[in-house]
Amino acid sequence: MNAVANPIEKRNERYGKYVDSVTPKTGTAKSLWNSFWIGGITCCIAQGVGDIYALIFPNFSEDMIVNITSMTIITIAILFTGLGFYDVIARKGGAGCFLPITGFANAISSASMEFKSEGLILGTSVKMFSVVGPVVVNGIVWSTVAGILNLLILGRF
Amino acid sequence: MQGITIHKGTNCNFAATSQTLKKSVQKEAKSTLFFSTPVHIVSANAVVGNKEAQGPLKRYFRRTKEDIKMGEKNFERAEILMFDEAVRASLNEARPLVGDAQLLITGDLLNQMTTSSYVARNLDLPHLGVYSACSTYTEALSIGCVMLDGGYFDTVACATASHFATAERQFRYPLEYGCQRPPYAQWTVTAAGCCVISTKGNGPIIKSATLGKVIDFGQNDLSNMGAAMAPAALSTLSTMFKETRTTPEDYDLILTGDLGKLGSDILRDLMREEGYELGQRYSDCGCLVYSVDQNCYQGGSGAGCSASVINEFVLPRMIAGDYNRVAYLATGALMSTQSCYQGETIPCVSHGIVIERE
Repeated sequence: MNAVANPIEKRNERYGKYVDSVTPKTGTAKSLWNSFWIGGITCCIAQGVGDIYALIFPNFSEDMIVNITSMTIITIAILFTGLGFYDVIARKGGAGCFLPITGFANAISSASMEFKSEGLILGTSVKMFSVVGPVVVNGIVWSTVAGILNLLILGRF
Repeated sequence: MQGITIHKGTNCNFAATSQTLKKSVQKEAKSTLFFSTPVHIVSANAVVGNKEAQGPLKRYFRRTKEDIKMGEKNFERAEILMFDEAVRASLNEARPLVGDAQLLITGDLLNQMTTSSYVARNLDLPHLGVYSACSTYTEALSIGCVMLDGGYFDTVACATASHFATAERQFRYPLEYGCQRPPYAQWTVTAAGCCVISTKGNGPIIKSATLGKVIDFGQNDLSNMGAAMAPAALSTLSTMFKETRTTPEDYDLILTGDLGKLGSDILRDLMREEGYELGQRYSDCGCLVYSVDQNCYQGGSGAGCSASVINEFVLPRMIAGDYNRVAYLATGALMSTQSCYQGETIPCVSHGIVIERE
């Protein structure tokens, strides 16, 4: 078995190396720059929206301002997804579109739109978290771990 | 191979009509089928989507769809509509020439081949569904030729389809999900192609079919289909050259299905290692169907890609006399998303046919 497997493995390894050498790579500097400015602009807009809310509703607490700002940005991201140009921006922006809260909103709304054809229960409701499921699960698991460590090491609730 | 002269140039034994020579060639060939009855491609049609209709081949595509949903309520219905239109167009075109088709061989990319079955449901014909991913079209044609050559049928329709939105949903992410594709990704072609082949009538003749082996060179990147499929094309193409005793110079056009720019460059390199220089006569349907400014990365892929290019571009140009002999190899990657997430590598296959002008 080994004698047969070996030349094939060798061939595959050689081919893999060759493929790596001819496959075009994503330009790191360009991707970083694009995600920096697109992500940066997203955050600047959000900050601007927050500041405007603070001006309009001077008696709101800071937490409240943060919450309604996030809601506004999420709504805009979902609207952009529905109108079909969030993915066009994200193709350029990469992590700059994926990491802010807009990326999460886009992932949920795109999945729920995509599977609407199978109905609201079996389509949208079931598949809504198909892309963001891992984010939700990991968020819960690792924040639980962080909470336990906090309790054990620092001894505070 | 010893003892038999290897013919070169245009007078290779392909064109030779001597029955004994053909028999000896067939006996030696392990995976190439030579058809003694001339199998004509009587009619060939394709329906393509909007993006393809704006590509470099826009002059050649006669049936195009403006909208990606084509007025249907979901993308799967749209694919069925497109497929149905292509099949009916070819059947109608062939009817006055050779009569009704007696068998339908179809395939597509979706799970359980729903598109094919829903199209066949309305056609009242015996139906065979075949799947070998993007090489389904040549597989269907090979089986069709065998059926005709065996004398079981006179006229057979072969068809395949793929749709960008349905393939994307099955194999990748939701359409509107903002993810970046790597520069070596490919774009699934929205197209359906159908041709009617018959032992009667006129049209380009399918001379032989080379059935491919499943080849796996250990590639496991779902986005890099070209690199995964190139070894399969290498295997089938070199087998085709050996068993039909031809060289690349004997063909006016050597066309692979959907290797894309990267995959076809790899195939050139691999063939050079085998001692074949493909040169200018080699091209790839995936490279032909989209232009560089359409943002399709390495080019098109999908079962409809090569079917539409062959049906609407190559065959009409063959009839017009631009090409005399064409080797056509569609290539398919036979993975599923599950198998890739389970750490399996991508097995690939490529079936080839040789088409000659009458």
